[in-house]
Amino acid sequence: MSTENASMTDLTTQPATLASELFAPGVGAQAGPPTTPASDTGTAGDVQPGAHSHGGPTPTGSPAERFTSTDPDAFGVPTGREETWRFTPMKRIKPLLDGADSDARLSWTTDLPEGVELTRAEAGDPLLKGLPEPVDRLAALTRQRADGADVVRVAKEAQLDRPVNLGLAGTGGDDAVVWGQLVVEVGAFAKATVVLDHTGLARYSGGVSVLVGDGAQVTLVSVQDWAPGAVHGGQYDAVVGRDATFKQVVVTLGGDLVRLVSNVQYAGPGGSAELFGVYFSDETQHQEHRLWVDHAVPNCSSNVLYKGALQGEGARTVWIGDVRIRPSATGTETYELNRNLVLTDGARADSVPNLEIETGEIVGAGHASATGRFDDEQLFYLCSRGIDAETARRLVVRGFFADVVQHIGVDALQDRLMASIDTRLGALPALDEQPVEVA
Amino acid sequence: MSVLEIRDLHVSVGEGDDAKEILRGVDLTVRSGETHAIMGPNGSGKSTLAYSIAGHPKYTITGGTVTLDGEDVLEMSVDERARAGLFLAMQYPVEVPGVSVSNFLRTAATAIKGEAPKLRTWVKDVKTEMSGLEMDPAFAERNVNEGFSGGEKKRHEILQMRLLKPKIAILDETDSGLDVDALRIVSEGVNRSREEGDIGVLLITHYTRILRYIKPDFVHVFVNGKVVEEGGSELADKLENEGYASYVKTAEVAQA
Ligand SMILES: Nc1ncnc2c1ncn2[C@@H]1O[C@H](COP(=O)(O)OP(=O)(O)O)[C@@H](O)[C@H]1O
Ligand SMILES: [Mg+2]
Repeated sequence: MSTENASMTDLTTQPATLASELFAPGVGAQAGPPTTPASDTGTAGDVQPGAHSHGGPTPTGSPAERFTSTDPDAFGVPTGREETWRFTPMKRIKPLLDGADSDARLSWTTDLPEGVELTRAEAGDPLLKGLPEPVDRLAALTRQRADGADVVRVAKEAQLDRPVNLGLAGTGGDDAVVWGQLVVEVGAFAKATVVLDHTGLARYSGGVSVLVGDGAQVTLVSVQDWAPGAVHGGQYDAVVGRDATFKQVVVTLGGDLVRLVSNVQYAGPGGSAELFGVYFSDETQHQEHRLWVDHAVPNCSSNVLYKGALQGEGARTVWIGDVRIRPSATGTETYELNRNLVLTDGARADSVPNLEIETGEIVGAGHASATGRFDDEQLFYLCSRGIDAETARRLVVRGFFADVVQHIGVDALQDRLMASIDTRLGALPALDEQPVEVA
Repeated sequence: MSVLEIRDLHVSVGEGDDAKEILRGVDLTVRSGETHAIMGPNGSGKSTLAYSIAGHPKYTITGGTVTLDGEDVLEMSVDERARAGLFLAMQYPVEVPGVSVSNFLRTAATAIKGEAPKLRTWVKDVKTEMSGLEMDPAFAERNVNEGFSGGEKKRHEILQMRLLKPKIAILDETDSGLDVDALRIVSEGVNRSREEGDIGVLLITHYTRILRYIKPDFVHVFVNGKVVEEGGSELADKLENEGYASYVKTAEVAQA
């Protein structure tokens, strides 16, 4: 019998008011806007095998297979009413969906440690045929229009001495869509970190496929530090080999619209996938992260932790976390958590965890989702030590992000991202200095 | 010399029809150099008193005054109270994910002192105080209260008191949940502050055990939202032997 942790929707709520008002007598807790359909985050309790984890009618038999195809027309033209598109502002993604073939490229800056080669695979290359297929029209268009792929190959058993860094900068000025397809192929027992660092202004649709060899340990970091106005769509796939470890860290800070779909499948037993993400949406930014972890192989694990903060009018985030444990995936262990911190009025976070369990023989499965305001007990604790409410709020938000950013494991990048988050939050007194070493 | 004066303090929790009076006229004066023990049964309102002085938003002051050296404490924000020299060691310290102890301590010290402490002396001070409380240096890199044991939380509270050097420290059941070793270590930390300077201490406790380590000058018995008897440390011995039963009864009769 499988069980599932109860959903958690009770993040303490506190209006993000000015320092002077924060603890004024009579200021009660105020919930943010109801950001999640109740049926999606209700307490799930015990889940029978075969049951959908949410309320509502229990589906009979297995859930429908997810449709995939390399042919864009097989998906039809999305209207915005489809499940996969219903959260996306169609007007703003339209430039990508309508985008013509183009020769436009991002400007690449690469740092390739020893043991890594960067090559090009032509459209007919068998490597491309074997990749996980596109799951929506945009991804299929991208696969087609990218016309081949850039391939980062890490030799088997290579232990890279530093991360592979791909700086991918939009050059702006041009309305043409940049189509890209990247394949990261890591040989068995190799250990590698690959950083995709997106900056600048672009309309970019890029597929990323990571093939993790048996026993390999791979970290893929994707930073979306785009300039305002950028539009970025992408399907990320990971195929995790036997006993391999895959970690993905997605950091979305910039751009007008970012919509990333991350899928994980396991090629053999014993694989482990960790999907971390942070996003910070300011006024009018739309940041959408859709995850799909498909457990079809025994004894694999997945762990998902996404945290987001929103501030300003029209700030919008969407997190969809689908995890499926198929009948064959005995011994699975999975947990997913999404937390959203709504810093001001006028922002909206959608959070939809979704767990399908089709075998009772699992180690554990759970999900939690919480969207709310500041935890006023945390703020009280900090303020009771003399820290003003404004600084306390920044400390809490900074900590909220640091909790995920520290999983990147690349100090310089972590520092840069935290600095960029600090800038968004305003300068933090006393914390811009170096951390104090006590030891 | 500092003095914290609490006069006829009335406090309630809850809103509107759910409002419930917890403190029913508390009078108390704590001066520099004095240690006052507040002893009372569970639910008598001891934490409510502590939180109300610190300014927790959950509690509504419905009457009375609290002043520190003549300044109206109730008018101050939570952080202003701390900067004015009040400190509350909490019964249940709060976890703050992603914020390291060292960053937290330094930010707090900067706020209290009004400027960032000199890095060199600060690092030395933190080290000294941590070793005084028998805390592992690695502790500083952990996130505030995250995954701390009960004893670690209380040591961390006293560490903050040592570093922030308040005028008046309120210790809310700092002794609860501590084993004998931890109780001794924490008490020695408090006693160092008492010996070094003229800190005023308001020691809230349910048990007399901690009073063997920290000798109070005054003992106040707290029942049903107010002080019902006051005396010297001999009063603690009486409570040790007889418990709160007689006081609770009297309070019930008085209320009826
Ligand atoms: N938020 C609250 N809502 C309702 N009652 C409360 C709340 N907080 C405390 N109380 C009640 O106030 C009384 C005093 O609590 P407290 O100050 O914590 O007592 P003590 O610290 O002496 O054990 C208790 O009866 C408790 O149930
Ligand atoms: Mg208490």
